[in-house]
Amino acid sequence: MPGAQEIVDWWNAGRRRHRRRVAALGVALLVALLTIIVAVHSDHHALAAVGEDGQWLRAAGDYASTRYSPLAQITAANVRQLRPAWSFSTGGARGHEAAPLVVGDTMYVVTPYPNVVYALDLRAGGGTVRWKYEPKPAAAAQGVACCDVVNRGAAYADGRVVFNTLDAHTIAVDARTGRELWNTKLGEINRGETMTMAPLIVRDRVLVGNSGGELGVRGWLAGLDLATGAVAWRAYSTGPDRDVLIGRAFRPFYAADRVPNLGVTTWPAEAWRIGGGTMWGWISYDPELDLVYHGTGNPGPWNPDQRPGDNKWTSAIFARRPATGEAVWAYQLSPHDLHDYDGINEQILLDLDIKGRRRKVLVRPDRNGYVYVMDRATGEVLSATPFAHVNTSKGVDLATGQLSLNDEKTPVLGKVVRDICPAAPGAKDWQPSAWSPRTGLLYVPHQNLCMDVESVETGYIAGTPFVGMNVRMYSGPGGHRGEVTAWDPVNARAAWKLKEPFPVWSGALATAGDVVFYGTMDRWFKAVDAKTGELLWRFQTASGIIGQPITYRGPDGKQYVAVLDGVGGWAGAIVSADLDPRDTGAALGFVNAMRDLPAHTAKGGTLWVFALP
Amino acid sequence: MSRVAALACVMLALVACEREHRRFSEVAPASGRPTHVTPQPSRNPAEGNAWAIAQGKQLYEAYNCNGCHANGGGGMGPALMDATWLYGSEPQDVYTSIVEGRPNGMPAFGGRIPDVQVWQLVAYVRSMSGQTRFDVRPARSDHMRVKESEQARRPERPVTAAPSGRP
Repeated sequence: MPGAQEIVDWWNAGRRRHRRRVAALGVALLVALLTIIVAVHSDHHALAAVGEDGQWLRAAGDYASTRYSPLAQITAANVRQLRPAWSFSTGGARGHEAAPLVVGDTMYVVTPYPNVVYALDLRAGGGTVRWKYEPKPAAAAQGVACCDVVNRGAAYADGRVVFNTLDAHTIAVDARTGRELWNTKLGEINRGETMTMAPLIVRDRVLVGNSGGELGVRGWLAGLDLATGAVAWRAYSTGPDRDVLIGRAFRPFYAADRVPNLGVTTWPAEAWRIGGGTMWGWISYDPELDLVYHGTGNPGPWNPDQRPGDNKWTSAIFARRPATGEAVWAYQLSPHDLHDYDGINEQILLDLDIKGRRRKVLVRPDRNGYVYVMDRATGEVLSATPFAHVNTSKGVDLATGQLSLNDEKTPVLGKVVRDICPAAPGAKDWQPSAWSPRTGLLYVPHQNLCMDVESVETGYIAGTPFVGMNVRMYSGPGGHRGEVTAWDPVNARAAWKLKEPFPVWSGALATAGDVVFYGTMDRWFKAVDAKTGELLWRFQTASGIIGQPITYRGPDGKQYVAVLDGVGGWAGAIVSADLDPRDTGAALGFVNAMRDLPAHTAKGGTLWVFALP
Repeated sequence: MSRVAALACVMLALVACEREHRRFSEVAPASGRPTHVTPQPSRNPAEGNAWAIAQGKQLYEAYNCNGCHANGGGGMGPALMDATWLYGSEPQDVYTSIVEGRPNGMPAFGGRIPDVQVWQLVAYVRSMSGQTRFDVRPARSDHMRVKESEQARRPERPVTAAPSGRP
């Protein structure tokens, strides 16, 4: 039997133990709280620049669209040991152009039509489906998607995953649960409008644009409220200044552009209403200048005789305020475009020493074959140099900003004009470049194609193509159809070039390990030396690659590289849409250049994730 | 000898008559868009008629069919010159595709274009894979040569099926 004192002692000891337990619990709570605060803080930090934290929150990685990652576990020295860690079938059969996103311990993947979103839990080492969201877009949208039913990816901010559907809706879902938060219809498929681009989120604005430049769609970029999905503003590419959101702040660099309502006066009467200028490509953001930069697509129809004039503001670049959409400057890359040179390619925002002076520049490898280096505050063209074989133009006059055309390559109604280079997809299409600050090189995936065309009169029928051009494409000089060019924008010259048999229709990725990744349509995922272009490693995937490679740090602290395969897109439509190569004009003439692709790849989308052993 | 030549001439004239038979009193186009399609003749009056098929070829361009289906190789829409038919290869099937549209993107032209033109289009579309008689198929094109002529096509054996992997 214990004595009274012993009972008292035991009682007091228990209370001390209890106090210690309370203290320990308090410390644990404090640590947890701090962890949450740090996590939330780093999440916000990552919005400004692609993080040391190893996440990938938007298709281009960072706001400057560099697609550069500071992760350096995978290096030029050890990349030869890279091997697949896990893979995941998306169930989609059409072209997979999207970039996966990685937020914390979750990866998000958007498929082409029917635009299914998967959230994959990365904690167990592989990718376990956490949730799946099916927006069920209208099937009829497939019939108005010009160049396969692709989707170029989602964007993440503030606990929301935001993406576009082929039937022209923008949807936000809860990143944790996959619950739909809002769903805004922005376009009308019966007028040919679809949406395929990856949104960009700037503060509380979701920026999205439409597709349909081959269907006489009038292009726009819209700013939506991130919390509600309400349309705050919509800036058209054509029409009166009030529609283009050109106001008092508008100060284009070249005097000829400082004229009111050019979006109306550079067109035949009312033609701007069906004149194209869609926005299905890339947007960059400079937080310091508070400007977003985006391009505009080709004018419609392709037959240029039906739209005399400069056709502003198609095939152009705009600088706008993200909050209001207000235009600050604009520059037309291809006035009165003759060859479907859409102006929707990426703008890489860099600070470079140009002719001995530090400049805030925008680098744009354009479809017309020139790399433009522009002052991104003013819209001045500092240099414009061909990065591929170009015979449609003779250069850009830096005093006026005007592209000087080669009249021999102008389409003539009812006449076949031959050997036009670059072809309609341009020297480079949508496939985004990557920049490495370590090498000072821009890695540009692109194609080497030329074409014959015959322009024909065409009538506008809403919801059907508005093209008026018979086209037949083939490989350019050298016989190869694809290239990866490492471009030095300061000295305006190529450091090196890689040749590929097929157009390089995938994006590029650069890392601090001095490795550049890209994929090919004949199923090779490649790693090359960022300095020399030397092939270091390659892996053959299930289907051809037209997606955007990304890299991230997994929950286990390891660096991973991820890419979607699944051939398709305009270049791969011969496979993804079962086109018949006996018609050399199929897929707007692209099929002729791709007739041997079905021998190299079948369709079907798979996510591949690679890591070192 | 001259009798043989005369006989040949008569035969040729007879064939040519059939080949170029032209009707001058076409049925007026229906006004408004029908919600239900009325039963149509199972035999397409344009099927064996070179002139009607040539009309169909022109209309194929005028109504932007070529915008999606190209010159039969396809693009935004499926190929029409191959053996695979998503919704059937018979004239009535093709007629229904044009008039009612199809769920994966084919727009409905019913009530927007005259019925006789639909039949001309049907006959031309079937000519692309050689489903019409050899001698009535177009032998040339007004445009840049992007494929062999419809007349030169060896007939495909039509299969109604979804191509691999199509949703």
